[in-house]
Amino acid sequence: MNFTESQILRYSRHIIIPEVGGEGQQKICAGKVLIIGTGGLGSPVAFYLAAAGVGKLGIIDDDVVDLSNLQRQILHSTNDVGRPKVESASEKLTALNPDIDVVTYHERLTSKNIMDIIQDYDVVVDATDNFSTRFVTNDACVIAGKPFFHGGVLRFAGQALTVIPGQGPCFRCIFHEPPPQGSVPSCSQAGVLGVLAGTIGLIQATEVLKYFLDKGELLVGRLLTYDALDMKFREVAVKKNPACPVCGDNPTITELVDYELPACAF
Amino acid sequence: MRRVKLAEDHINAKLDITSEVCPITFVKTKLKLEQLKTGEILEVILNDGEPIQNMPRSVKGEGHKIVLVEQLGDKYRLLIEKGE
Repeated sequence: MNFTESQILRYSRHIIIPEVGGEGQQKICAGKVLIIGTGGLGSPVAFYLAAAGVGKLGIIDDDVVDLSNLQRQILHSTNDVGRPKVESASEKLTALNPDIDVVTYHERLTSKNIMDIIQDYDVVVDATDNFSTRFVTNDACVIAGKPFFHGGVLRFAGQALTVIPGQGPCFRCIFHEPPPQGSVPSCSQAGVLGVLAGTIGLIQATEVLKYFLDKGELLVGRLLTYDALDMKFREVAVKKNPACPVCGDNPTITELVDYELPACAF
Repeated sequence: MRRVKLAEDHINAKLDITSEVCPITFVKTKLKLEQLKTGEILEVILNDGEPIQNMPRSVKGEGHKIVLVEQLGDKYRLLIEKGE
């Protein structure tokens, strides 16, 4: 890939890094990432991956911008209240980096559309606010062999995990199945300190870039948990479950299913 | 001296970065070196001041060799041998 003068300047701070160089930047520019959700986690993920020059960003969200979102969903502004999030997001992303291709899906991600959508992308980022979508995404990515970058936040807590099908555990190896209705509150019920979404979203975006660069150690088999009050990160080693219904030795989940659950976050 | 002569006779690519400022001087040099094979020679023309003060160190830091530094009036000419 021959960079234009403006790309050389734009990505100069990446190219200088020994582990990146022109070669690494080319890999980033060739990358295709689907970001599921353009809210709290999706905003920083999309913003920074656009800044980094990821060539194609798919953003899917059926929601419209609400005033209560603006405490953390930094891709949107006050003028966008009432607009579809993917429209508002697309504008900001292309303003930051006109080089990249932003594809918007103003719809809900479900078991019916996910397999078609993810095939156009190299990797998937879980920036959702509900377990149903998380489990469907996990299952689809395992079945399709797509790396998937999980993140979740609530109050002062956050977590992140990287799933590479075939290596390490998947989300279901650890979390088995969606929690019973009503057992886990959503951000609208329990609240979230806005900045948590930034911290965890950026960890997810960092993992995506490292994956494309093929540098460093990914959070495969490593559940990273974050406590903002103590300002501590902990790592929990997690193993692939040979009895996992989707990625185990004898998978029982071969078809995708939508769970009937109210919107609830991690 | 023999190494310099060898390099002079086998320049594989040339780059003039006298119209650039740091760090683009180094970025363009780095991008050009990426296109060469180990052992190939890149000739770079750069300005006095920041460029000549920073470039050789940055280039060596990436594992390449500076075979020649030659002053040409208010500019400098470097011959760089690509490292591993």
